[in-house]
Amino acid sequence: MASLVGSRVERKEDKRFLTGKGRYTADINLANQTYAIFVRSPHARASIKKLNIDKALKSSGVVSILTGKEIADDKIGGLIAGWAIRSEDGTEMKCPGNPPLAKDNVNFVGDPVAVVIAESLVEAKEAAEKVEVDYKVLKAVTSTADAMNGDTIHEGIDKNLCFDWLLGDRQKVKDAFDKADKVISIDIINNRLIPNAMEPRACVADYNAASEEITLYTTSQNPHLSRLIMSAFGNVAPEHKLRVVAPDVGGGFGSKINVYNEDIVCSWAAKKINRAIKWVAERSESFLTDIHGRDHVTHAELAVTKDGKFLGFKNETIANLGAYARVFGTVTPTYLFGPCATGVYEIPAAYTNVKAVYTNTAPVDAYRGAGRPEATYTIERLVEKASMELGIDKTELRIKNFPTAFPFKQTLVHTVDSGDYVAGMEKAKQMADYKGFEARRKESEAKGKLRGIGVTSYFEACGIAPSAAVMSLGCGVGLWESAEVRFNPTGQVTVYTGSHSHGQSHQTTFAQIAADELGVPIENIDIVHGDTDKGTFGMGTYGSRSLAVGGIAIVNACKKIVEKGKRVTAKMLEANPEDVEFKDGEFIVSKSNKKKTIGEVAFACYLPGVRDEMKSPLPEGDEPGLKETSFYDPSNFSFPAGTHIAEVEIDPETGHVKLEKYTACDDFGRIINPMVVEGQVHGGLAQGIGQALYENAEYDETGQLMTGSYMDYTMPRADNFPEFNIGYTCTHATTNPLGVKGCGEAGAIAAPPTVMNAVIDALGGQEVTMPATAEKVWKACKNLKKSNAKAA
Amino acid sequence: MKDFNYHSAKDSKEASKLASSSSAFLAGGMTTIPSMKLGLATYKDLIDIKNIKKLSGIKVSGKSVTIGAATKHVEVSNSKDVKKAIPSLSSLAEGIGDPQVRNRGTIGGSIANNDPSADYPSACIALNAIIHTNERKIEANKFFKGMFETALKKGELIEAIEFQIPEKSSYQKHPNPASRYAIVGVYVAKHKGDVNVAVTGAKSCVYNDKEMSKALSGNFSSSSIDGMDLDSSEMNSDMHASADFRASLVVTQAKKAVDAC
Repeated sequence: MASLVGSRVERKEDKRFLTGKGRYTADINLANQTYAIFVRSPHARASIKKLNIDKALKSSGVVSILTGKEIADDKIGGLIAGWAIRSEDGTEMKCPGNPPLAKDNVNFVGDPVAVVIAESLVEAKEAAEKVEVDYKVLKAVTSTADAMNGDTIHEGIDKNLCFDWLLGDRQKVKDAFDKADKVISIDIINNRLIPNAMEPRACVADYNAASEEITLYTTSQNPHLSRLIMSAFGNVAPEHKLRVVAPDVGGGFGSKINVYNEDIVCSWAAKKINRAIKWVAERSESFLTDIHGRDHVTHAELAVTKDGKFLGFKNETIANLGAYARVFGTVTPTYLFGPCATGVYEIPAAYTNVKAVYTNTAPVDAYRGAGRPEATYTIERLVEKASMELGIDKTELRIKNFPTAFPFKQTLVHTVDSGDYVAGMEKAKQMADYKGFEARRKESEAKGKLRGIGVTSYFEACGIAPSAAVMSLGCGVGLWESAEVRFNPTGQVTVYTGSHSHGQSHQTTFAQIAADELGVPIENIDIVHGDTDKGTFGMGTYGSRSLAVGGIAIVNACKKIVEKGKRVTAKMLEANPEDVEFKDGEFIVSKSNKKKTIGEVAFACYLPGVRDEMKSPLPEGDEPGLKETSFYDPSNFSFPAGTHIAEVEIDPETGHVKLEKYTACDDFGRIINPMVVEGQVHGGLAQGIGQALYENAEYDETGQLMTGSYMDYTMPRADNFPEFNIGYTCTHATTNPLGVKGCGEAGAIAAPPTVMNAVIDALGGQEVTMPATAEKVWKACKNLKKSNAKAA
Repeated sequence: MKDFNYHSAKDSKEASKLASSSSAFLAGGMTTIPSMKLGLATYKDLIDIKNIKKLSGIKVSGKSVTIGAATKHVEVSNSKDVKKAIPSLSSLAEGIGDPQVRNRGTIGGSIANNDPSADYPSACIALNAIIHTNERKIEANKFFKGMFETALKKGELIEAIEFQIPEKSSYQKHPNPASRYAIVGVYVAKHKGDVNVAVTGAKSCVYNDKEMSKALSGNFSSSSIDGMDLDSSEMNSDMHASADFRASLVVTQAKKAVDAC
């Protein structure tokens, strides 16, 4: 039987998605359901003097209006940060309470203060407009860089500082800098982004008074984790009385990891009113209240020798958490950021210091890449600048500082098990025709255009898991993953996974893995996820962990099935279990022609008896049935890496940046389905290039979101991109049996510095902040013209 | 969105009769419907005019192209007659919004709305258009009064727009990267005797740039406006483009348009 792993198997999920038969949360309608509209703060920072619902209650169709007071009276808990970070001075981080409905203070535009529940959506909206809130507006803090100097947002949190964290050794770094021939320094801003999943958030909550069970359908990347948080911290219901279902979910990018206010409020309120409640975000609510990403202000320095050897690195960053610290809000700018700060280089001394600040803006949390794009942007901008200042070719400088042997023990945290960074660089250069750039630059120049080339070599730590590791760093849960593989008596297989697919094609790739492991045709394998009542507990999908963690759990559960199958076959065929081999779905007694198919074994496991004989095919100690579970906790993260090269052409008259060429050469270890991986790379690149050239979430000084719709927030479109030139090198991960690494975030991590390095190269080294919009680039072109004129 | 009454008018007369101070005409609804959804506009009555046959269609004579007010952008961009008579007008229509907008939005709606960054008003100015309403004919340079303001009276309905066929013309737009509306759009049209340089997006209302028109009427070459330093004091300034950048873009787009003629 040909192996399915490695082949372009068509997506099983496409039949329903391409025929409009997907079933998203907003498609779910329950009998007698009501509709919720949230009344939200129009102010970035205010105290609530008075909230009057009398008029609204009289509005037609209103079922109930609930406020922060009721939710506090019912002792429903607030939203939480999932990762405890300790400051350099040893103190614990400072987190404010974040009630699902604000009672006394609001801290960002969109912070909900009440929910209006009515018989129809229109009636809910009309009533919501009649809720009267008397706010005392306070001065908002909106700037990341100045947040520590602003008014105190949360009582008791001085300087709006959540923590002041250090990773690395300041003294060693100082010593290294003392020895340097040259110090390259850079000030950069990692612009704030809005994830913009195609499907806005939504939830439908139902309560069954007879079973006292709440069912919440919601747009989540991790339904079990949501249930755990809502139960353990939200006090909504005990876990066995709370079912969370995340059906088809249209994109997450990290924005659907969090339990949100609406999930808790609708679940709690459904029980209160004993009716189902439906809430679907409008796009403008998504802009305001989905978690945002990035938003760092960084000063970084690299100490180098004159021949280009890196000696030391420092990174001083202020990271904006927004108004509250959410699930991955505190780990994103620390342990997902700091350990990757030194990039793919051997740098003997390094530290990263992060001050995480609160502001009156939407909470900032994990967005595709989470911490690693910020880290990669910093080091790769710095290395590019070093190449310019030292006059060493940008690819040569990088190669000079790559590790030569693996495992590669980095200065800060990670030990990278596998990789070949030089091979990736060489292949990328070839794919991009790096040598031919100078000729292309001249061609552009002849047309009056400026052409630039940018390079990025990146690695990332993904497959976020090793529980002992993450818990030692303050994570509130273990990040293993589970799988359960169940055979039906007639031989088909259902795989239950704790991972969640919201665009990642698990139904296909996980089935490919199980098909190979079990020798069962792929059409006889179903992948089930996203329902706490169906699957074993799971940690969900983020941090490119589904395959490298969840996929391995499936492999391990399949291996247990095969082990049992060997024992059963041995008993049935009167052989020694050690003599039974398994291949392509058949258990064969070695050196004989005796065999059983896995279907026959499954059948025997479910019907363990023989007519007219008191005899069982099951060995002593084995129970009937064929079902195995695995909780897989890997020994390490996985470390994909690669080199990307971009070329841009700039029109100096309009400042328009045209991305002419984009080459991505990645090492994702073993690839399960190249078509799916291409899709992941394309999506990541679109978002990464989006950050570099188009996307920007901007608040004004009063805390109003200026980019609150697609009229002003530039989502990249297909015509913004060239045909992507994608290739791979492959070193297998040594830390998991499939040899796989993550691929979902690579594009978003590598693309911003790659594109910006190209833009800044074209501009003769002039710094431009992301996104490199036409006006910024136009101004830089004018400066360039002036300085060229002076030089001439 | 608040409740409203929907009417489908069978002719201009009926449409006009149904109009009141709390009504709006509905053609493609590309601005009206989103404004109502966002609560920025409320109407008691919406009077649908897209079923009025007389308001749709394209007629080309020797001197002019006349387009019915309810003609969709896609119809203008696909029309072989328009492509032949005024190719720049067809390419302008092709560059409006996205396919969904072009499949519903109408020329009359665009002009009646007079969004400061809409494309069509610049075509009207550049191509010496005459706006035919159910009551009168209005010259384009007297039609666009200010931001979202036109010479139309309440209940007055645009029936058709008559464009003068120029010797040469081109429309060049620097789009807002997010909305793809014009940050600056410049429509250059060379007629017998004079040149119009209609600018949209740059100020609160579309206008004919006299300085560039004069220079180009003397010498129809992009070199005659190269480096021109326009007064930016009345130009729009927002997060996507400052007034100075817009002033520069007006000249750049005008040069491109002249070169493309």
